[in-house]
Amino acid sequence: MEFQAKELFAKHGVPGTPGIVANTPEEAKAAAEKLGVCVVKAQVKAGGRGKAGGVKLAKTPDEAFEHATNILGMEIKGLTVNRVLIAPAASIEEEYYFSFLLDRANRRYLCIASVEGGVEIEEVAKTNPDAVKQIPIDPGAGVDEAKAREIVAEAAFPEALTEQAVQTVLALWEVFVEEDATLVEVNPLARLAGDKLEALDGKVSLDENAEFRHPEHAEFEDKAAADPLEAKAKEKGLNYVKLDGSVGIIGNGAGLVMSTLDVVAYAGEAHGGVKPANFLDIGGGASAQVMADGLDVILNDAQVKSVFVNVFGGITSCDAVANGIVGALDILGDEASKPLVVRLDGNNVEEGRRILNEKNHPLVTLVDTMDGAADKAAELANA
Amino acid sequence: MSIFLNKDSKVIVQGITGGEGTKHTALMLKAGTQVVGGVNARKAGTTVSHVDASGATVELPVFGSVKEAMAETGADVSVAFVPPAFTKDAVIEAIDAEIGLLVIITEGVPVQDSAEFWAYAQGKQTRIIGPNCPGIITPGEALAGITPATIAGKGPVGLVSKSGTLTYQMMFELRDYGFSTAIGIGGDPIIGTTHIDALAAFEADPETKAIVMIGEIGGDAEEKAAAYIQEHVTKPVVGYVAGFTAPEGKTMGHAGAIVADGAGTAQGKKEALEAAGVKVGKTPSETAELMREILKNL
Repeated sequence: MEFQAKELFAKHGVPGTPGIVANTPEEAKAAAEKLGVCVVKAQVKAGGRGKAGGVKLAKTPDEAFEHATNILGMEIKGLTVNRVLIAPAASIEEEYYFSFLLDRANRRYLCIASVEGGVEIEEVAKTNPDAVKQIPIDPGAGVDEAKAREIVAEAAFPEALTEQAVQTVLALWEVFVEEDATLVEVNPLARLAGDKLEALDGKVSLDENAEFRHPEHAEFEDKAAADPLEAKAKEKGLNYVKLDGSVGIIGNGAGLVMSTLDVVAYAGEAHGGVKPANFLDIGGGASAQVMADGLDVILNDAQVKSVFVNVFGGITSCDAVANGIVGALDILGDEASKPLVVRLDGNNVEEGRRILNEKNHPLVTLVDTMDGAADKAAELANA
Repeated sequence: MSIFLNKDSKVIVQGITGGEGTKHTALMLKAGTQVVGGVNARKAGTTVSHVDASGATVELPVFGSVKEAMAETGADVSVAFVPPAFTKDAVIEAIDAEIGLLVIITEGVPVQDSAEFWAYAQGKQTRIIGPNCPGIITPGEALAGITPATIAGKGPVGLVSKSGTLTYQMMFELRDYGFSTAIGIGGDPIIGTTHIDALAAFEADPETKAIVMIGEIGGDAEEKAAAYIQEHVTKPVVGYVAGFTAPEGKTMGHAGAIVADGAGTAQGKKEALEAAGVKVGKTPSETAELMREILKNL
């Protein structure tokens, strides 16, 4: 969110005024009393906040109170606004765009800069592509002062701002590298009265894989906005994404689980259009406890009507997975109340199927193929 | 023949004394791989005990560095089971030692670390596979990674996939034909060997008669591969793409599996492949069936 990006900007010396975060209209009013004429800005992880009515100028503290009352609780692109940022109003002369990002396709970084900022950069790229400069960054060499000067010259920022721009570029590069970001964006980077360059709004995307280097990033997580089932899964270390359908999915390996969702959606076309309810990858281990945790999350999803457990025994053998399922059903007891369709293949599959057949649990149906099992699970969800 | 890995490959394991390193060293040996030693600077000079494919006990030496391990054993392949925090250093060490092939199994490597070691590898001797991948197997000859060696044997199909379990699934589906080499290139945003690298190698490999290419949402590797196939690949290619039902903006298990701002969709990838003349299956089993039809008529 903007206020978090601005915290990171401030930490690394990017020029700008962080402003004050307010959770209530009263707090907004108090902040406005300190800052004077200010802007009340909705804080959600979405673009287009201004267009949605989530950004308003307040000339007085009472106006800030009023705007905050309207903006707090508003929905922008499906996200509820739980807080606003009160930022001092600035007298803007020009608006620019600037970002560093991971250029996945070329396996390097990219700097994008434009003297036409303040609007969506994708729009500028369409209407005036020459105004959008793209400067590749070698991840080995990074950005030193010489490179920063090259970027500033290429972007064609006004000469009066050159030195400030070079320092700002270096500070933003520090944010990108030291915070392990995949995107650091400033829009607008503004020329204020008196030729002052400031980051007025920003966005930072952080690499989850680098969390071990940045324990402090945990506080950026928006727990209030997270889906409760996703939050519960995360607590248990499960890789879970909530979707809208009614067939719960558990599988091992990200690729196989994505494939399982697709196969269920195809199968669902013949069963009233039922769709997958979630993505859940329990990884290679698939112990009874992990299986129980996974089933527990899925069975707590009120939309789920049936569950499809799709496991390919690679390193983990199918008998271990079968024991995991049996163990999970024992752990869950009466909580397990929805039909389970299980497809096992791969390493030691005969023993795995034997274990499940022997247990003969009333909720469990074994199907030999992935397509057949998806069809069965879809049928049960449509019953 | 095969690609990148064969019976003569001499393999070392970076992180041979760790939990994963120990487990998979045993499985690689069992698959017939010539594992000749390992690296752990803190345990240099010791050995680890394992059993090879013939059932004989082998004492594998642990070296202080990749360079030393290569000098002493003639190793030309390294498989890294190193925690994410130490992966970049391990990779740079292997590149400096000029090892021919480096397979990085580790999941969770920060993407800036991958970007840095990829930049460092340019113009050097080392082919990188991964990170976040199952590695590479030439059935009946050698395994450098964690792919179960018992799923399928040797055969005419070359397989390249971002995903580990879909590699296993496809090998299982086509176990009646078997594989020249199956390579899992990994699900991270930045990886070493790409679909295109594998396609080029399979095209040049006389033993490979047809190719299965498996992709998933995120990035544009599949679209680029489609363009490459149209220009350069004469062998039949069958494709599969996972993630049609993935919602926008959510990471689906693999760090790189994300549809962002409408780009990287499964539908877009499928269409690009089909436009290049690649038959794309709706499900893994349908994909296998398409390949079977091709193999029958070869």
